[in-house]
Amino acid sequence: MLKDQDRIFKNLYNDLGVDILSAQKRSDWSDTKELCSKGRDWIINEVKISELRGRGGAGFPTGLKWSFAPKVVGSRPHYLIINADESEPGTCKDRDLLRFEPHKLIEGCLIASYAVNAHKCYIYVRGEFFNEGQILQKAIDEAYDKKLIGKDASGTGWDFDIYIHYGAGAYICGEETALLESIEGNKGQPRIKPPFPALIGLYGCPTIINNVETIAVVPTILRKGSKWFASLGKPKNTGTKIFCISGNVNKPCNVEEEMGVPLKDLIEIHAGGVVGGWENLQAVIPGGSSMPLLPKKICDTITMDFDSLIKEKSGLGTAGIVVINKDQDIIKCIARIARFYKHESCGQCTPCREGAGWMWRMLERMTKGDASNEEIDMLMDVTKQIEGHTICAFGEGSAWPVQGLLRHFKKQIKKRNNFNPLIKQNKNIPYLIDQHLLEKENV
Amino acid sequence: MTIKKISKDQPDTFEFSAENMLETKKIIKNYPEGKQQSAVMALLYLVQKQNNNWVPLAAMKYIAKILEMPYIKVYEVATFYSMYNLSPVGNYFIQICTTTPCMISGAYKLVEACKEKISTNERELSKNKSCSWMEVECLGACVNGPMIQINNDYFEDLDKEKTIKIIDQILKGEKPKPGSYRGRTNSAPENNRKTLTENKNA
Repeated sequence: MLKDQDRIFKNLYNDLGVDILSAQKRSDWSDTKELCSKGRDWIINEVKISELRGRGGAGFPTGLKWSFAPKVVGSRPHYLIINADESEPGTCKDRDLLRFEPHKLIEGCLIASYAVNAHKCYIYVRGEFFNEGQILQKAIDEAYDKKLIGKDASGTGWDFDIYIHYGAGAYICGEETALLESIEGNKGQPRIKPPFPALIGLYGCPTIINNVETIAVVPTILRKGSKWFASLGKPKNTGTKIFCISGNVNKPCNVEEEMGVPLKDLIEIHAGGVVGGWENLQAVIPGGSSMPLLPKKICDTITMDFDSLIKEKSGLGTAGIVVINKDQDIIKCIARIARFYKHESCGQCTPCREGAGWMWRMLERMTKGDASNEEIDMLMDVTKQIEGHTICAFGEGSAWPVQGLLRHFKKQIKKRNNFNPLIKQNKNIPYLIDQHLLEKENV
Repeated sequence: MTIKKISKDQPDTFEFSAENMLETKKIIKNYPEGKQQSAVMALLYLVQKQNNNWVPLAAMKYIAKILEMPYIKVYEVATFYSMYNLSPVGNYFIQICTTTPCMISGAYKLVEACKEKISTNERELSKNKSCSWMEVECLGACVNGPMIQINNDYFEDLDKEKTIKIIDQILKGEKPKPGSYRGRTNSAPENNRKTLTENKNA
């Protein structure tokens, strides 16, 4: 288990106070000027050595991302954007950072902006987090008062402003280009990449977009040293991470742990165990709803880091762990996730807009046992038609959980759905779905 | 995408109050010159605040004029994002998270409570017209589930009885206390703290 002195977010549960004086006691803002005076290249290099990977889901190396920003500011200003549009089911870490560790985030914003030559930073907070946004705004005002940000921020000679932009309940705005569209005052529909936002982003200017947690850990990395951060966790999967453990556990909680911690330790030690005991575990969604679930057999031994989970055809994503025990209907759980994606699809690409609804309707019928055996393979086919055929990664996000279900729980679905052949039984079949099957004579 | 009903009863005109007009000018200044369109989302929130929790069509036209953008683009934004209510929802708007993590910890019990206490259908005003409820997607408080959001406040760690109590309070016009209803410290594990043990609440 990670030692307490190695934890970055000491105020994760708000024992110590949010205001600037308490934050300074936790060594926030202590030597921002000195850190910045070491220069842009030093900051970016330190972040590179620390092997910090983005905490928003994709796990892209942060130092590398920052180095994509043009070295010299041309005719267009640079922007830094913090993605606090946390809406992935199972994930609730950024909310706690916004309300309990806002100064870590603000200081990180200053350092990151300095490193990528940005004078302005927008924090895109999801609309539901209104109270959290107010706390953040208060922290920003405090920082302005103490001249930590604003003109000549913290005495670095760098002018720096932060603004909060509230979203309005669209999951897709967590996708970086949709987020840009949203800030520009449009519908949040993702843009085609390339061009990447690092070159052409907000208002056509170079823009770096990072998750809240990624930015909030940067000041501590620079202070304690990149070597310290890299020594935690596993090679290529370094540092600490906030895990959110929800669902059928006795003590659901957020907890900061080392990367590569065994999943079983997280659930048994921190979350008080599965409801009904470890043997009652059915499956775990390891990284927010977009990541394929893992059956109990894999959960026994899996460690929580990007690379080990990819080996099991899943992913760390946002590290929102949803524990599902044997009292739950696994098909229904995934059907509810499919409904989430149907609801949140932005409607831009046909495979996703239509496919998400298709998957949801099929899964709803499979929950009831109203589907035919063939349809199970057809569902797999539908997921493959969506995956990789959309502008943004939402297509993958909606298809993967269904693929995970089919990969590990096919037997269970088959057992329940014996409705074969279709034509012989007089069942009331919804018009949209299997019209063509009804027309075939010898199904 | 959400299907949204636009109210049939629409006021003819809409104008910001003097206070909100000042706020509007402040918001527009947050964005670079010529990019005032970025303020559209914030202004729609202001409308909602001033106009009893919903956005009438007249207000969209009004915003379009202020921000010098086509009316249809404001309409697009207002219909795209789920948090803009296009018909009256009452002073207290209850949103119940029913996505998987909350669902498996019992969110549909809370839905039952709302059906019994407020109205049988979603987005329907209660008898005294003061509140309505709706099932929504993940509200981002999964470890505190099941939970509901009433206007801006989160009510966490609920069950059916506690929800009924909260709704009763609202119907009487009282303000229930937000936060956890099992008395736990934020998102810390209840009586099972293994980390940050030197802190005061551990």
